Parts: sequence; C-alpha cells; structure tokens
Amino acid sequence: MIIAVSVMALGAILLGAALGYASIRFRVEGDPLVEKIDAILPQTQCGQCGFPGCRPYAEAISRGEADINQCPPGGEEGVRKLADLLGRDFKALSAEHGEEKAKSVAVIDEQSCIGCTLCIQACPVDAIVGAAKQMHTVVASLCTGCELCVPPCPVDCIHMEALRETAENWRWKYPVFQLEQAA
Amino acid sequence: MSLSTLFRFKGGIKPEAHKDASAGIPIAPAPLPSRLVIPLRQNARATARPLVEAGQRVLKGQIIGAAEGTLATAVHAPTSGLVRAVEMAPVPHPSGLEALCVIIEPDGDERWIDLQPFDHRNASPQRIRDYLRDCGIVGLGGANFPSHIKLTPGEAGIRTLILNGGECEPWITCDDRLMRERAERILGGALIMREITGASHILVGIEDNKPEAVQAMSAAASRLGAEGVTVHAVPALYPAGGEKQLIRVLTGVEIPYGKLGTHFGVQCFNVGTAYAIHRAITCGEPLLSRILTLTGNMARPGNFEVLIGTPIRELLPLADPRPDTDHFLMGGPMMGFALPSLSAPVVKATNCIIAASPALFPPPPPEMPCIRCGACAQVCPAELQPFELYWHARAKNLGKAQEYHVFDCIECGCCAYVCPSRIRLVDYFRYAKGEIWAREREKSAADAARERFEFRNLRTEREKQEKAERLAAKTAAGREAVARAAAAAPATASAPTAATVATASAPQPRAADATKALIQAALDRAKAQKAAVTPRNTDNLTAEQKAEIAEIEARRAKIREMARPHTPPDE
Ligand code: SF4
Ligand code: SF4
Ligand code: SF4
Repeated sequence: MIIAVSVMALGAILLGAALGYASIRFRVEGDPLVEKIDAILPQTQCGQCGFPGCRPYAEAISRGEADINQCPPGGEEGVRKLADLLGRDFKALSAEHGEEKAKSVAVIDEQSCIGCTLCIQACPVDAIVGAAKQMHTVVASLCTGCELCVPPCPVDCIHMEALRETAENWRWKYPVFQLEQAA
Repeated sequence: MSLSTLFRFKGGIKPEAHKDASAGIPIAPAPLPSRLVIPLRQNARATARPLVEAGQRVLKGQIIGAAEGTLATAVHAPTSGLVRAVEMAPVPHPSGLEALCVIIEPDGDERWIDLQPFDHRNASPQRIRDYLRDCGIVGLGGANFPSHIKLTPGEAGIRTLILNGGECEPWITCDDRLMRERAERILGGALIMREITGASHILVGIEDNKPEAVQAMSAAASRLGAEGVTVHAVPALYPAGGEKQLIRVLTGVEIPYGKLGTHFGVQCFNVGTAYAIHRAITCGEPLLSRILTLTGNMARPGNFEVLIGTPIRELLPLADPRPDTDHFLMGGPMMGFALPSLSAPVVKATNCIIAASPALFPPPPPEMPCIRCGACAQVCPAELQPFELYWHARAKNLGKAQEYHVFDCIECGCCAYVCPSRIRLVDYFRYAKGEIWAREREKSAADAARERFEFRNLRTEREKQEKAERLAAKTAAGREAVARAAAAAPATASAPTAATVATASAPQPRAADATKALIQAALDRAKAQKAAVTPRNTDNLTAEQKAEIAEIEARRAKIREMARPHTPPDE
C-alpha cells in the first residue's frame, strides 16, 4: 500500500517536474491566438474597429471583448476567415463601424501641400515622404488606404483615390450563372 | 516516321476539327498596315521599358522596349517608320483594359537594322540566352513564355527536345501550314536548340489529322540527314498539343504542377518558336512577325504572315468576315477568348482569329445543376475532379479548391465541353485561380504593412527615448553652469552684496535660485525662438487665397453635414 502510494507520488512529482521544465523551456512568446487573428486582419491600423490598431483589436477578440465583424477594411472575407478560425458563425459587418469600400490610396495634391508634416506623423506605415516646408507625396505601393492622413491635413489637400483596374491586377470575375427553371 | 511506342494521357475529347476551311491555303504575307501598335506589356509579370519616344524614327528590327525582369524579352519595331506615341492603348486581353504601347507609323521603306548572324557555336550559353532574349523570342504556341528561360538546362540537363506540332485546337492551321511550307527551317531551329542544350534527340509530335505536315517534316528530316530526329504522328485527341500532354504522349514523363520540363530532362517548343530561333541565329532577325489563321465565319479564310502590332481591324478584310459575324475570338474556340476591341493589335500569342456568328457559336444555354455524372472527371487531361473543384469554387471556398489542385487545371475546357448540365466550369476555375493569387498578394501586402508599422513604433519609441536623454543631459549641463556661475560670483565680486551673502550663508535658497535661472533661460530661449519664427502662412493672404479657403471651409461643412447620420427630427 505504502509502496504503491509512494510510487504514484514519485511518478506525479517526476511528471510534474518534467511539465514544469517544459513550460519554461518551450515557452511560446506572446499569445498564439492573437498572432493568428492578427495575421488575418488587414494591418491598415485605421482604428475603425474602435481599437487603436489591428493588434489591439486582435487582443480584444481573443479576450472575447470584441466581436469579429468590426473591421471594415477586412470586409466580409475577413469576417469569414475569423469565423473559421474561431469556430464561430459568420455575421455581416456591423454597420456602426463603417462599410467595406473599394481599396484606395491617398493622393496628395502637390500644388497645395504646405509641407506641415502632419500627415507624415499620422501615417502608420511611413508611406508618405516629405520634410518640413517641402512638398509631400504618398508612395502608392506602400499606402494601405487607412485614411488616417486625411483629417490632419490643414489645407485639405489629401484625398483618397480608388485603385483603378489595370491589366496587372485584373482577374476573372465570379461567373454570372443562370439556372434553368425546372418545369 | 518512327514506330516507337507512344504513351497516352488520360482524358481528352474529340471536338469537330473545322480545319479544312483554312488548312489548304498557303501562307500569304499581310500588307503593311497604316499603323502598328506594339504592346510593351508581355505578361502579368513583365512589361518592357520603352526606349523610344514620340517623334523618333526607328528602323525595322530596332529594339524599342528593353527586357526588364526575369520573364521579360525585348520588344522590337516590326517595320521602319516614325514613332507616333508611347501611350495606353487597347491590347488583346479578355479584360479589354489598356496597356502601354508604342505606336509606329510605317514609312513603307522597310529599312532594316544591320543584320548579323549569331555564332552560337562560339558563344557561352549565357550569351546565347541573352541574345535570344534580346531577339524577343517567346513561345508562339499561345502561352508566350520566354524561350531563353526554357533553354536553361536544369540539374537533370536536357536530353530530349520536343517540337510541338500538335495544334489540337479546332480551326487553327497556322502551325500546320508552317510545317508544310518551311519544314527545313523549323528543323534547323531545332538542331540549333539541340546544340545549345546538348540534348541527344529531337522528337517531333504532330497530330495524325495533319498527314501533309507529318510528311513534310519527315522528308525534311531525311534531307537534313540529322541523327536522332524522329517525327511522330500522335493520335488526334484534344488537348494532345498541350505541352504536358505531348511530353506525356512522346516520352511517358509526367510533369507535376510548378515544375518545368527541364527538371525531367525534356523540353518542349512550338514549331513556330523553332522557326523564329532559326531566323534569329542564322539571319540575326528578331521576332517581328508570326503566322496566324483567319477563319470561322469568313468568306476567304486563310493563313497569313502578319507583323506583330498590326491592328486586328485592319487584318480582317483579308479574309472578309460574313455580315452575320457578331464577335471575334482570339485563339481557338476551346481556350481562346472573345476580343473586347478590334483595335487591339496582333501580339506574339495571336495564333488565330475566329469570326463567330450565332449559327457557328450559339450563345451558351443556361446552366443546370451539377448531377455529379462524373463525365468531366473522365475527360480531364490533368486528372482532376472538375465537379468537386466547381463545387468549391462556386462556394468561394478557395482553400478547398486549392486542396483539389485547381492550379493543375490547364483551362483546356474539356470538362465544360462534355458537361451535360452545360456548366461553364472553366470560368469558375479561372475565377478561383485569380482570386487565390489576389489574396496571396493582399496577404503579403498586409504582412509588409505590419512590418512597417512595427518598425515605425520602434523608431518613435527610440526617438522619444533619445530625446528624453538629450533633455536630461541638457538640464544637467544647465544646472551645472548655473551652479558654477553662482559659485564664481562671490569670488569675482569685490564687495559682497546682500544677496551673495545670503546665498553663501543659506545653501537651500541657492538651489531655488538656480532653478529660477534655468526657467528664465528657457523662457528667453522660447521668446527668441518665437521672434525668429516667420509669420504663419495663413497671415498675409491675398484675397484670392482667402476666397479659396472660404470655399474649402464651405465644402468641409457640407461634407460634415452629409456625414452626419440622418436622424428624423422627431427622435
Ligand atoms: S498615406 Fe494616408 S491612407 Fe495611406 S497608409 Fe499612410 S495614412 Fe493611411
Ligand atoms: S460533367 Fe457537369 S454535371 Fe457531370 S459531374 Fe461534371 S460538372 Fe457535374
Ligand atoms: S479545364 Fe481544367 S478541370 Fe476542366 S478538363 Fe481541362 S484541366 Fe481538367
């Protein structure tokens, strides 16, 4: 009896020690769920979800404090992916956070730019080049279309331009199908 | 003709060939058009950099677009003349979108550049490949893949060269005519490629519904007396002219998705490409023209040698489309597409223009639900399960579509051809592929944005810290200076004043004084700075500017008004 108990106790201690060691040795930095959610979010850092950026929103989702349909730039597709990842049901984008728009980029009207650098400070991805009292311009290939640079501009010279379809980004559309009526 | 064993590929269909309309008509040169539109865009990943500008005179064969990027080849002026513009113009693409083109007005003199044959025997393989790239040689079967890349031997080396004379799509006869009329030069090109790659044999695969071409090629092979060249008549079965299918039939080798023939020691070239390589090496001529078939609902169908860049509209009178033609297809009826605009030019991929009338190509009947009969899976040459793919693509379940190997689909259209429910399966697969690529691009863009955002945060953090450190250092330096000044004051003053006495006697107030001095210094600095600043740009405005500002303010107010959620007044 005593032997049996002590064998079990010893086993428990050994396994416990092994587990304890493993939890230190193989510790995962950060929350893997947050990483996975963050990987789905579009990284515009626009704050339309009500959080100061994509990662804070990802954290809020993983804590269960935010719903999955608050990211307009991610669109329906993003909601679908989040629903898939979290095993939840798909729901439409919540209207209060805005609606899905065509992808666009910011364009600075270089005639009116006064070189105040306010837009540079607003851009989360450093997509604007310029210097104090010099003309600024947006590097279109880096711009995520978050619109954060639009309100700070004191002379209102930034506007958003929807991306045009070119032969480079064109793709086959979803087929329009027509089903024959069963008699 | 050799009687060695042939293999077969799975699936395939036998659509009506319709080749008789144009197969008997010899290749005729097309007249010089009134203008040439040469697209600089070559494929989704390569656009040549323009080297000419409007108003410049060019010679026939002069390079007008430089190859940039791995998948690019040079672009040439197809005739001598005047560059009218370098601008966006319609190109033959299913989207009907425009791309950057060089527009040349021919002068009718056909003045060539200096033509020099290329001595490939004494050139390094890299030199040869660069030369072919600068001659603009691409696959003329329709895919337009640059030939110099295909001639780069992989680890396995190239043992077998295959000449593709399959031409399995209905209606098209340009390769057939080329083989009948210029067999020796095609084989000459193949022999040059054999020397370049060090391959041991050359297999020519021709569908057995082109006996004249088989005969012409066999005769040319025996006339040239080259060893290891065999001509094979392969059973006519669409898509036997598909690269992977022909390789399979002739060698039994199956090439998986994402691999090139070079990985397995085989490489396949269209007969037209071999002909172009022959011209490039022996005459120094870049690829300026191609053979194409004008057929379908036309009074005088035929095969023509056409300059690249000839607007399709100017070409059509050669074959005289019948009045009931309602649209034109580029390529064959299986894999081609309806041309959105007839001002689009002939490009290197244009092997055929088919005039379509409602009688010849009736509009597709409405789709019916898939009954899972499996007919599509039986004919799929890529051995896919099209009905499963269709299911997932239609549900936009792209991950699943990829799992079912949608990228293996060669878009041959066999499945849609046999489907009893008349589902346009290929459209769904094209959609799925495009969408998957687009998502892939979006994903990498998001990843790049995340990286930049994190770097920016890091930088702001660092800058803040550096600023704080600098400030701390400055404050410390300031304190020290004031303290030193205070300590020096009693020594320099000849008669100690009440204040210095007080400071000397009480250390506490002295520290307070130092702080006060610091603040004063800062205030002075701020004042000086303020004085130095020029008036704000909103001061000293002209009346015009003021009016403009007022206008902008009004616009803003209006936008704010519009942006406000509309609530009924009674709520
Ligand atoms: S340029 Fe403007 S819209 Fe574009 S990423 Fe920067 S802040 Fe956003
Ligand atoms: S051939 Fe058409 S109906 Fe039959 S299984 Fe395939 S998709 Fe379905
Ligand atoms: S189009 Fe694609 S799925 Fe259909 S038969 Fe051809 S390869 Fe198979």
